[in-house]
Amino acid sequence: MLLTLLAVVTIAIVRQRSLFGVVILASIYSFLIASVLIVLDAVDVAMTEASVGAGVSTVLMLATLHLVKTTEMKQVRARLLPLFVSLGTGAVLVWGMQVLPPFGTPDAAIHKHVAPRYLAESIKETNVPNVVTSVLADYRSFDTLGETTVIFTAGIGVMLLLRKARRRGRRDDAET
Amino acid sequence: MNYDLVLRVGTKLILPFILLFALYVQFHGDYGPGGGFQAGAIAAGMVILLAVTCGLDLAHRIAPQSVVQRMVPLGVLVYAGTGVAGILMGKNYLDYSPFSHNSAQGHELGILVVEAGVLITVAGTMTSLFYAFVERGR
Repeated sequence: MLLTLLAVVTIAIVRQRSLFGVVILASIYSFLIASVLIVLDAVDVAMTEASVGAGVSTVLMLATLHLVKTTEMKQVRARLLPLFVSLGTGAVLVWGMQVLPPFGTPDAAIHKHVAPRYLAESIKETNVPNVVTSVLADYRSFDTLGETTVIFTAGIGVMLLLRKARRRGRRDDAET
Repeated sequence: MNYDLVLRVGTKLILPFILLFALYVQFHGDYGPGGGFQAGAIAAGMVILLAVTCGLDLAHRIAPQSVVQRMVPLGVLVYAGTGVAGILMGKNYLDYSPFSHNSAQGHELGILVVEAGVLITVAGTMTSLFYAFVERGR
């Protein structure tokens, strides 16, 4: 049911020419993905998807649309090559899925490595019952530091881009 | 500019609850779903909602641009500083065990501080990105 809705929204996004509509549909897509993640019991990820994917990024996209034109340009190149590339990528992904263990197998390789230790020792070692938090901020704390730095770098980059362009625009106004 | 009365009043009514929910997600992240990242996004969403419905000036008053922009590097510094504090107390980088007499309590404390760092950076980045877009559009 959810996957059908996802497919419907995706087709709607592809067919939509108005970028405003695309942004709103992408927000709906994020909410659907969040619901899928809840069904898969990944509540933390679902929460992130709902707040970041559907909330903040929609607002930022709308703010971008405020700066640029809101209708998609007519296509100039042939559509055959992109179609071929996406079909090829899809085929490779499906082919790769054949060697994955079936969904939910308890003895898959990923569940045998360090996961049992985290589940068993998390409360004893960190006093934190939510294993997602203890893995994120303690066992895998270097990764999270990296993620925070990525957010920092990306934010600074976008802010510098927007600010520099603004200043140059002002100088042009003064000269003309 | 004139903003819609219903939206303005409604926003002001739910604003404290959004902030409370962000704090709940932040500090309850140890026990339930959530953490610094999600809480930061919710807090930034609160400021953006205020800016959209009641005007940018009001948003600037409760979250001044200078403060928000300083939050971006501050959060990373809090996170990295927690790691350095671990070194100074004679353990490895980002090892939280020396923060308290009991190793598990130290870990709990370390997770709290690190999550606060994530919250500060995420909320600061998202709010100042929104401010940057709005400034550019003027």
